Amino acid sequence: MLFAPVNRIIPFSNVDGPGNRMAIFLQSCPFQCWYCHNPETINMCIHCGVCVPGCPSKALTMTDGKVHWNESLCEQCDSCIKICPHLASPKILTMSSDDVIEKLREVAPFVRGITVSGGECMMHPEFLEELFGKVKALNMTSLIDSNGFVRFEEYPGLMGVCDGVMLDVKATDPRFHQQLTKYDNTSVLNNLRYLLSANKLTEVRIVCLPRFDEQNRKTIEDVVSIVKDQARIKLIRYRPYGVRKEGLDILGSASLDEEMFSEYKRYALSLGAGNVISV
Amino acid sequence: MSTAYEIVTDTTLTFHQQFINLAKLGENTDTTLPYNPEFLKAKEAGMICDLFEGALPFRPRYILPDYSILMKNGSKFLQLDPPKDIWEATSALMIMYRHVPSVSSFPVFLGNLDELLDPFIVDEQEATKAIGLFLLHIDRVLCDSFVHADIGPKDTKAGRIILKETLRLQTAVPNMTVRYDPELTSDEFGALCAEVMLSTAKPSFANHKMFSAEFGEKNYGLASCYNGLRIAGGGYTLPRLRLANIAKEATSIEHFKNVLLPKYVDLMTEFMDLRIRFMVEDSAFFKSNFLVKEGFIKQENFVGMFGLVGLAECVNTLMGIGDKKKGYGNNKNADDLGEEIIAHLDHLVSLHKAPYSENSADRYWLHAQVGIERDGLDSSPGARIPIGSEPEIHKQIAHSGRFHKYFPTGIGDIFRFEETWKNTPESLLDIIKGAMNAGMRYFSGYCENNDVVRVTGYLVKRSELEKLDRKEAVLNGATVLGQGSRDLAHALDRKVTK
Repeated sequence: MLFAPVNRIIPFSNVDGPGNRMAIFLQSCPFQCWYCHNPETINMCIHCGVCVPGCPSKALTMTDGKVHWNESLCEQCDSCIKICPHLASPKILTMSSDDVIEKLREVAPFVRGITVSGGECMMHPEFLEELFGKVKALNMTSLIDSNGFVRFEEYPGLMGVCDGVMLDVKATDPRFHQQLTKYDNTSVLNNLRYLLSANKLTEVRIVCLPRFDEQNRKTIEDVVSIVKDQARIKLIRYRPYGVRKEGLDILGSASLDEEMFSEYKRYALSLGAGNVISV
Repeated sequence: MSTAYEIVTDTTLTFHQQFINLAKLGENTDTTLPYNPEFLKAKEAGMICDLFEGALPFRPRYILPDYSILMKNGSKFLQLDPPKDIWEATSALMIMYRHVPSVSSFPVFLGNLDELLDPFIVDEQEATKAIGLFLLHIDRVLCDSFVHADIGPKDTKAGRIILKETLRLQTAVPNMTVRYDPELTSDEFGALCAEVMLSTAKPSFANHKMFSAEFGEKNYGLASCYNGLRIAGGGYTLPRLRLANIAKEATSIEHFKNVLLPKYVDLMTEFMDLRIRFMVEDSAFFKSNFLVKEGFIKQENFVGMFGLVGLAECVNTLMGIGDKKKGYGNNKNADDLGEEIIAHLDHLVSLHKAPYSENSADRYWLHAQVGIERDGLDSSPGARIPIGSEPEIHKQIAHSGRFHKYFPTGIGDIFRFEETWKNTPESLLDIIKGAMNAGMRYFSGYCENNDVVRVTGYLVKRSELEKLDRKEAVLNGATVLGQGSRDLAHALDRKVTK
């Protein structure tokens, strides 16, 4: 049995793939995007203990050099996340695939399946393969929400039990991608082509940023030229909620202008995209 | 109750609202019916409530005419020929509605509108205009939130036009239900219903399989709030046990179950017997009303509705639970006791032979009453979890599934959703399908920022509440009830599903 660090589970989610789904967020992500809304999912806890004294409900304790989180005492005030200097969270549960399946059984009548997100869930591909196999046995579907850092091609077993991938393409310009996420985008673009040809591309997601009109347009142009009308494109409007100071300094504390955002949708459609939604 | 002088000088009432209140005042001067002094004592003490039905029942509380007869035969009394096109059909219905009595004086059941109108849809544009005007007429003339129309379970052109016009008009009246069965209702029609529900708080979803098993597939309708009743019949009367107050009188759970419940069940069934016998044997209604004479309704299709309210607080009191968040709805032992009480109550009620209930197994049928504004925070609607203590939505649905089977004449739960759900009605439909499979009878939802919102079982417009707050008269007679429930029972503050 394999295990993975779970940041949280949302029993009902209507924004993570088709229909109502249970969404599972795994901890840790190699990218450090400027606009990350959940920066506490980026790193694993290093047990420095900085968060322990600040917990108002005494749910955090330090024993044997490790931070322990008592879920039943926790009031989800997120003080620990706000104070953490390492972009991590002490509130991580190590769950087995059976633990996740047990959670799924509670909501099974109401959902079409699961979507695993993150962090970057492809940091745990073997876990996903085991989990998805069990989900399939329940006649439900499994989707991956990924930043494309890990190459899907290298995991044919996982692809066999995965019903689709929602892929973030954060930028198609390699240099801009490097600045934005701290990594280059070769694997992301490879994944985009591979998933499309393997018929596993459920959706491509593009975050439209303020102050980077040219980059927004380039990403849309390049993605549409590859995907055409073969997969849904979801344009996401930059919003400042949860974004850390580094990102706010570059992108600002206002959401992307609404008129500008609508223009991007029209642009994508004019280039030949089939199905574009904007949120 | 206000005096005649208070009624006629009240500037927040329309003429028609004053007229109805004056009529009720007059009715209540009558002393014909020999109500048991023990019953009156229990009513005074807040153990039983008669929902202000009036001293002398001169018509059943809820009437569900079989409007298909109007479509087929017209009406002799109303001097109407069978309609031949969409204009005549909507006009005939509008005329007939004016003559269907109820406890509120407005018709609480308008029929399965899509089935009634679909045969007349020839030109869709013309039909849209006719149905739009028809729905507008209903809102402005039958101005009471307990006026209720049904659609479904089949996907029809008329059904789609009704939904489209409902979305456009954004009215509180009529209340609306889609009789839903995933095997009979297309996903597309189901998702359209969910989409309209998120924007206008209607239609609610009724579990068609469940109701069909109890009443027969073609024989039931949803009237007033969410009351499942026989078409060509209805509900004679609806008093309610106030379980929260009865529990306070109990010295133990056993005392509650074995002494108090039987006592109050006896008093309430006796009260219902008395009223129903008078209605059937003495009042003119079942003898001379054209609805009876022309076969729109049949006496044997009526049933007495045995109501209850405040199960949550009853259970919490009996178990000595002070914190609602750790009680009924969030605590397995409390839920188990709740179900035990309802099963026992159902058994006690079933032992009583109800008069004139030929098609209802000669018994009264349970109804989870939605509460009235003055119940406040001490008594939650029917078997619902108190507002502010709702668990996650899937747990709330599972909880509902345990209780809904006991209440064929009505029970329902309401869920409030964040705006993003408007983008994904198919996701909401997934939840509703699951809820029906989990044994949920009736599912209502709305989005938090709508003008039209569901209070307990009926709809009001926030914009009308604001007018009433400014002491201006409003068209809808139920808005004042919504104002009370908002202020006294926090009825608009239910948990939001994100």
